[in-house]
Amino acid sequence: MFPTPIEKRTRAAQLSYQGLLPLALIMWLLPLIAVAVFSIRPDADFTNGNYWGMPSSFEFFENYGKVFFESDMPRYLLNSVMITIPTVLGTIALSAMTGFALGIYKFKGNLLIFFMFIAGNFVPFQILMVPVRDLTVNMNLYDTKTGLILFHIAFQTGFCTLFMRNFIRALPFPLIEAARVEGVREWQIFLYVVLPLMKPALAALAVLIFTFIWNDYFWAVVLTQGPDAQPVTAGITAFNSQYRAAYHLMSAGSIVAALPPVLMFFLMQKHFIAGLTLGAVK
Amino acid sequence: MSAPASPNRSWYKRNEISVTPWLFLIPGILFFAVYVIVPIFQSFWISFHEWDGLGEKTYIGTAHYERLLGLGDQKIDRKFEVSFWNNIRWLVLYLLAIPLGLFIAIFLNQTVRGIRIYKSLFFFPFVISQVVVGLVFSWFYLPNDGLFDILTGFFGIDVKGGVLGNPNTATYGIIAAGLWPQTAYCMILYLTGLNAVDPEQVEAARLDGAKGWKMLWYVILPQLKPATFIAFVVTIIGALRSFDLISIMTNGGPFGSTRVLSFYMFEESLSEFGFRMGYGSAIATVLFFIMLGFIVYFLYSMWRDEKEAR
Repeated sequence: MFPTPIEKRTRAAQLSYQGLLPLALIMWLLPLIAVAVFSIRPDADFTNGNYWGMPSSFEFFENYGKVFFESDMPRYLLNSVMITIPTVLGTIALSAMTGFALGIYKFKGNLLIFFMFIAGNFVPFQILMVPVRDLTVNMNLYDTKTGLILFHIAFQTGFCTLFMRNFIRALPFPLIEAARVEGVREWQIFLYVVLPLMKPALAALAVLIFTFIWNDYFWAVVLTQGPDAQPVTAGITAFNSQYRAAYHLMSAGSIVAALPPVLMFFLMQKHFIAGLTLGAVK
Repeated sequence: MSAPASPNRSWYKRNEISVTPWLFLIPGILFFAVYVIVPIFQSFWISFHEWDGLGEKTYIGTAHYERLLGLGDQKIDRKFEVSFWNNIRWLVLYLLAIPLGLFIAIFLNQTVRGIRIYKSLFFFPFVISQVVVGLVFSWFYLPNDGLFDILTGFFGIDVKGGVLGNPNTATYGIIAAGLWPQTAYCMILYLTGLNAVDPEQVEAARLDGAKGWKMLWYVILPQLKPATFIAFVVTIIGALRSFDLISIMTNGGPFGSTRVLSFYMFEESLSEFGFRMGYGSAIATVLFFIMLGFIVYFLYSMWRDEKEAR
C-alpha cells in the first residue's frame, strides 16, 4: 500500500494524522459550512455586518419556510424532477441498446460508430447551441420540459454508450454463445441474458445522469425561460434577483437546489463512484 | 452464403445476427445524429452567414472569421482576444486539479476509523451544481464582508474592488472556484487508482530502499497512468467548457475581463446585444477546433488501447 499505512508509523504520527484529518476537512468544506450557517441566520445579521461570526439567532424554519412557501422554488424543483427522471430513463434505455449492439456484435463500422459517440460527447456545447435551439423552436418545444429532455437524452447517450459498451465487453461471452446454441433469439438474449447482468452499470449510470442533468445550467438557459419549464439551477438566479442581497434566503435556496444530487450520492455512493472512475483502473 | 435452410424461415430470421445490432443502434444513432452530429455541421454552415435566428440567412463567406482574427485591414476582435487568453489561463491552471487531487488522495489513502466518511465528504463539492458553487464562492469573495477579504486583510493585502470586481484577479478567482469540484473529481479517480496499486511491487520497491518521492515517481505513478489519463481528459474538457461559473459569478465582467470563448459565444448569440447567431457560430467553431485537437488525441489513445485489448 502507498503511502505507508499509518498504523506502521510512530504513535505521534498516528495522533497527528487523526488530528489533521478533521482539520483538513473543515478547511476543504469551509465554503459549504459558511453557506449552511448563512442559511440559518436572521436577516439582521447581514445588516449588522455579522457575516462570519456566530448567528445571533437560529432561523432555520423561518428561512427555509420562505423558500418553500413564498417563492417559485417548489415549482422549479418539480420541473427539475420532471426533466431529470425521464432523461435518466430515456438515456439508459437508448444506451443499453447501443451498448449491447456495439459490445456483442462484430460488424463493419462498429468501432467507427463507437468513436462517434465518444467524440460527440466531448464537443463544446456552444457548437450545438444555435442549431439545437433552432430545432427546438421549430418543433414548438422551446420553453418546454420535453425540449430539454429530448436534447439531454440525445447528448448523454454518447457518454452512456461508452460506459455500457465497455461494461458489456467485460461480460463472459460464452454465455451468449450458449444461449444462441439453445436457439434463444437475439432480442431475448438482450432482455433475459445481458440486461440482468447489467444491473450495476444501469444503477451507476442512473445516479450519474441524475446528477449531471440536475446540475445542468447551460441548456436550461438556452432552451427554457420562466418558471413553467425552467429547472432549479436556472430558477435559482431568478430566485436570487427576487431576494437580492438577502443572503440568508439565497443560501437556503441554494442548499435546497443542491440537495437532491447530494442525497443521491450518499445513498448510492458505491455505484456513483464506480461510474465516475470507469477506466481509472485497468 | 448457404442456401436458406427452409423456405418458411423469414429473411429476418436468416439474417438475425447481422441485422440485430443495427436495429438496436437505430434509435440511439438517430437521436445522436439529430441533436449532436448534424448540429456541428449546421454551426459551420451558419458561421458563414449573417443571421438573427429568425429571418433569412445572408451568405457572407469568411467575413466573420476575418473579423474575429483581424485578417486584412481590420484589427483583431478585442473581446475574442481576451476570451482566448482566458481560455488558455483556464486550461493551464485547471490542470492543477490533477496534482492537487493526487495529493489529497495520497493523504486520504489510509485505513483509520471513519476514513470512508472523510473520503465521501472530500468528494462532496463535485456533486453540487456549479451554479451553487459559483454563488458560494462569490459570497466568499465579497468585498469587505467576504471571508477572503477578511483573511487577506490580516496580511495587509487588499484587492481593490474585491476579487471578482477587479479585472486583474477576477478570472483567477473564478478558476479557483472551479478547481474546488475538479480537484475532488481527480481525487476520487486517484483514490480508485491507488486502491488497485500492486502491493507486491510496492513491497519489493520498499525492500530496495525506495521511499517517498522516488517511490511515488518510479513505482506508484506509472501504475496510476489510466487514472491520470482520465483526469487529464475530464479536466481539459471541463476547462474548455467553463461557462456556468463565469455566468453566475461575474457574467463576463468586470469590463469583460472574465469572458471565455464559450461565454462570449453565448453573449453574441443570445443576449441583450442582439441575436448574432452567425458571429456566435464562428466563435463556437473556433472553440470546437481548439477542442478537436484534444479530442483527436484522446480518441487516438483510446483506439490504441482497443487495439492492444484485441
